[in-house]
Amino acid sequence: MSIKIRYFASLKDYIGHSEDEIIYEKALTVSEVWQQATQNKIKPQNTLVAVNMDYVSWDELVNDSDEVAFFPPVTGG
Amino acid sequence: MTVIIKDTPINPYQDLQEYEETKLTKNNAIGASNIFIGTMRDFNEGDHVKLMSLEHYPGMTEKQLNKIIAAANQQWALIDILIIHRVGDILPNEPIVLVSAWSSHRGDAFDACRFIMENLKSKAPFWKKERLINEQERWVISNTKGYLTTKNY
Repeated sequence: MSIKIRYFASLKDYIGHSEDEIIYEKALTVSEVWQQATQNKIKPQNTLVAVNMDYVSWDELVNDSDEVAFFPPVTGG
Repeated sequence: MTVIIKDTPINPYQDLQEYEETKLTKNNAIGASNIFIGTMRDFNEGDHVKLMSLEHYPGMTEKQLNKIIAAANQQWALIDILIIHRVGDILPNEPIVLVSAWSSHRGDAFDACRFIMENLKSKAPFWKKERLINEQERWVISNTKGYLTTKNY
């Protein structure tokens, strides 16, 4: 199973690229997705996460083909 | 109910007029139109800002804005809503966002427009990067609070 991961704004700068893909065998939480995709990089305070474009908590489980996005607090408007 | 994300300038009054003439839900019951326009100012945190780049998450932005509109429709009797938001490079004095709410009564139009704007500021995935007069670039860390009271919207 595979998950697409996206990073935006300052988090994209912090990670150094905008997308990752991870292949996994057991069910993962978004926390575990962060750890695997970033190789345990320290998560900046207030990082937000969305799965399939909806906000979720860090213990949410991801499914095959989900898109997980990590980004800082939003500043539009 | 319409959400538009665009990388070209917003002409708020022209865009509104065009929307009212061509797309606004035709309804003689409209008694109140409340319009908010947010523009770029040339200062932030005590520094002179010469340009701002607005990044967004395509798809999620529209999804979240439509959820905010749905939540507003649950709370107030609204006839139509228009949200236009700019992305890309923006110069001082250029509009960033337009929110318009149409209803039969002013209370619904005022309150829904404010609700949509405050929720947009905290939930819609846009991010601003500022370029200062000395060419230094920095991400805006967080939006200011819209309400001066402790009331939780």
